[in-house]
Amino acid sequence: MDLTDTPQEAEFRAGLREWLAKTLPSLPAAPSPDDWPGRRAYDLGWQRTLYDAGYGEVHWGADPAVRMIFLEETEKAGAPYVGANFVGLLHAGPTVAAEGTEEQQARWLPPVLRGEEVWCQGFSEPDAGSDLAALRTRARRDGDEYVVSGSKIWTSHAEVADWCELLVRTDPDAPKHRGITWLAMPMDAPGVTVRPLRTLAGSNEFAEVFLDEVRVPVANRVGAENDGWRVTMVTLSFERGTAFVGEVVACRRVLGELALAARENGRWDDPVLRRRLGRLNAEFRALWRLTQWNVSEASGRGDGVPGVGGSVFKLRYSHARQELYEAAAEVLGDGGAALDLQQPWVLDRLSSLSYTIAAGTSQIQHSIVAERVLGLPKGR
Amino acid sequence: MRFQLTEEQRALRAGVRELLAARFGRERLRAAMEADGVRAVPELDRGLWRELGSAGFFSLRLPEDEGGVGLGLPEAVLVFEEAGRVLLPGPLIATHLAAGEIPGAATGETVVTAADGGGVVEWLEAADVVRGYAGGTAGTVAVRSVDPLTPLHRVAEAPARLHQVAADPDSGDRTDVLLTSLLTAAEQLGTAARVCELAAQHARTREQFGRPVGAFQAVQHLCAGILVRVEVARAAVYAAAVTVDAADIAAARLLADEAAVRGARDCLQVHGGMGFTWEADVHLYLKRAWVRARRPGAVTECEEMLAAALLVEAR
Ligand SMILES: Cc1cc2nc3c(=O)[nH]c(=O)nc-3n(C[C@H](O)[C@H](O)[C@H](O)COP(=O)(O)OP(=O)(O)OC[C@H]3O[C@@H](n4cnc5c(N)ncnc54)[C@H](O)[C@@H]3O)c2cc1C
Repeated sequence: MDLTDTPQEAEFRAGLREWLAKTLPSLPAAPSPDDWPGRRAYDLGWQRTLYDAGYGEVHWGADPAVRMIFLEETEKAGAPYVGANFVGLLHAGPTVAAEGTEEQQARWLPPVLRGEEVWCQGFSEPDAGSDLAALRTRARRDGDEYVVSGSKIWTSHAEVADWCELLVRTDPDAPKHRGITWLAMPMDAPGVTVRPLRTLAGSNEFAEVFLDEVRVPVANRVGAENDGWRVTMVTLSFERGTAFVGEVVACRRVLGELALAARENGRWDDPVLRRRLGRLNAEFRALWRLTQWNVSEASGRGDGVPGVGGSVFKLRYSHARQELYEAAAEVLGDGGAALDLQQPWVLDRLSSLSYTIAAGTSQIQHSIVAERVLGLPKGR
Repeated sequence: MRFQLTEEQRALRAGVRELLAARFGRERLRAAMEADGVRAVPELDRGLWRELGSAGFFSLRLPEDEGGVGLGLPEAVLVFEEAGRVLLPGPLIATHLAAGEIPGAATGETVVTAADGGGVVEWLEAADVVRGYAGGTAGTVAVRSVDPLTPLHRVAEAPARLHQVAADPDSGDRTDVLLTSLLTAAEQLGTAARVCELAAQHARTREQFGRPVGAFQAVQHLCAGILVRVEVARAAVYAAAVTVDAADIAAARLLADEAAVRGARDCLQVHGGMGFTWEADVHLYLKRAWVRARRPGAVTECEEMLAAALLVEAR
């Protein structure tokens, strides 16, 4: 059990810190949250900056411990988050890297790393959410193309994406997990219509995507036809791995801010609130240690793919994040501050609600833990 | 960073688990309990205590040239976790902390208990030495202990408080109070991990409506909840053993207490009517978890201490 950096890790950390201190002051101002083209440009620009400095590939090639240091230090320094690069860097990219042909890797990976192309994830459908394998978007083979029709929903960043990692049904007669194929679909292909959906926070973070006879080259298929479910599982495990490192660091900072604000406005004298913040301190300290534990485990295995530990972490973290912003509302106190969208933390309280739903709901994660870790029989 | 057990640590854990399975298996646990019916107060098994002593249980962290094993706190935490798994009785932590200071503690010749918190002393009559209380059995009142395997006495004296002590790094008691809390957390972790296994085992085998009850989501999710609390507590406890930071220890203690107490309760629920019997072991885990959760550095102190730490960290 060693929590200290190895010499290589320490060197990486020191170099990164120095570079961040030098680089961040000259970064352009962050765009407003509703300025989608501005956000796209900003997020891609940051990825390009990372790439030029040699940090472009940190999400893939690097040892998980190094990736963790990267996420920790960038968050602490207040650097931009992956934003619109999320799917490219953390879903589609790793999938192509693991399962794609050399040609596919050469076509798709460099533009992601250089901050030139944005990907989105077209998995969920109106009738296939938790039961993802029930998806019905149909792809019919026509020569060296697939002709795709159907619809996707909750597709984050669809409005500004160049590519969509798309799950389609290629064999409607096979058992549901065996008739699915993974395709890379250009978002500007004829027949693709994107309709933004407004979230409860008032923003357009995700969209519906309608597909009407969209032609996708067979060459854009990653993995074999009808093997898309297995290919997908590779992607999903990345999502639950180190993806939240930066956020845990951020939550710990917010918690400190809450304590200071509470002392400022007198709420600190309420022992119930104070103790609640104390307990959240325990919670986020432990989540940080659990991240270090999971990351060390993944490093040790050598494949860097997080195990079921990711589900354990996600369950607890998503809940803790919601509790953090519930406590924030208590700190803001009576007098309407907690109901004022212009106050800090009020929007965060709203967006925290998605954490127990997106990337596999808490109910689904509980079932995964029960069946895969505890060996309980398949639930019903 | 390599925050995983080393090969040696894995071997140590396996060795301790094997030793305890041989010396304090389920039959010994039940036998110790049934004796209770006759004597009202359980007796400490001195033979077992000496065996633990010669296995290095108490001298684990003493330097080798002082006759100890020369290991560190992370190793001690692993050992106490194993003790928590099997509900090993006795004032283990106090004796461990007295090794090297009170003659005979390290070898298991002397049984040491401590009056360091909550006004409660465990195993007072069985102990040769009571640390932190000069009065012997004078001024103490026997409690009808909720845990059949932990006799308890109340003392009048005010206990040291974790956050007061932690705030004063020069206090001589600081280390003892912190380490008692950390090793308590380790025992709670072991208990939590064990009740998780018991719950899952029962859920896999007990059948109702023609299938194992573990196929019902309501049961699955109870079990998964136990596991999540165990794994979160584990990360916190092991990390606190490495950093020995007061706030880390408080966090570990809070989460491990919760993992053990809630885990045992949920495990009881998964067992149905069987869980409410004397015969099933579940209640023993819950009762011991309750006893440990009352040791110094309990919920309120930890939460206040961690709240105060937030202000310091955020400055
Ligand atoms: C902010 C956000 C961003 C997202 N981004 C994307 C994206 O970019 N691309 C994408 O493809 N998807 C995306 N999603 C979709 C997300 O993956 C799904 O919302 C999620 O998988 C749940 O599916 P659902 O919404 O259909 O809910 P449902 O599956 O309909 O679930 C409804 C309720 O039933 C429960 N439930 C369902 N099945 C079971 C079961 N077997 N056992 C117990 N309980 C069950 C669920 O837990 C939930 O409480 C996003 C979602 C959100 C909130």
